[in-house]
Amino acid sequence: MFAVRIQAEPFDAVAESAALGAGRTDVGAIVTFTGLCRADAGPDGTGLAALTLEHYPGMAEEEIERHVEEARRRWPLTGAVVVHRHGRLVPGDPIVFVATASSHRAAAFAAAEFLMDWLKTSAPFWKKEEPVDAARPGGWVEAKASDDAAAERWSE
Amino acid sequence: MKVLYFAWLRERVGTAEEEVTPPAEVATVADLARWLAGRDEAHAHAFENAAVVRAAIDRRHVKADAAIAGAREVAFFPPMTGG
Repeated sequence: MFAVRIQAEPFDAVAESAALGAGRTDVGAIVTFTGLCRADAGPDGTGLAALTLEHYPGMAEEEIERHVEEARRRWPLTGAVVVHRHGRLVPGDPIVFVATASSHRAAAFAAAEFLMDWLKTSAPFWKKEEPVDAARPGGWVEAKASDDAAAERWSE
Repeated sequence: MKVLYFAWLRERVGTAEEEVTPPAEVATVADLARWLAGRDEAHAHAFENAAVVRAAIDRRHVKADAAIAGAREVAFFPPMTGG
């Protein structure tokens, strides 16, 4: 099973992962990653009350699907699921879920990291911060050079 | 063609999307950004640092020199920060 979903609702990481192995006997490894909203972000690390994630409907799904296709060309995957939330999220809320399945662990680990690295830099999502201290200005999160570097190393 | 704006570009322009008909000499994404910037103060503010603005044509990432001929939808947005 290969699936990409963009949704406002929370996801069930355990159920999503289990679905990759359900009804088949060739899956030897499932790797899952869950990204959560952290409270220690925010302007100057002063604390985050919430994040609002904006996305480009249509392109967000298609862009992630293109990278899932690329992952399938690179590794012998038996399945992959990517779920990305949008809307207002508070610290502790899960934001993104990536699960990859393969016969062996190396492919599943590598593909999960590949998908997350590309998702951070090329999936059309933007985070806006809402600081705990309402007197401080919130603002759009700036892209990190370290995220670009993480994605670029897959091109080498 | 339809032009879409996201994140702070959307906030600065003041709209999420608009229908535009650029003149024939507007051939590339960079030309379109310059042409849009000339429309009013809000657009000029959105595109004041054009080097950081990213673009997509019909939901695919493109470079600034990409041709816009035949495009149905051109989107402008800052570097992405999902995940």
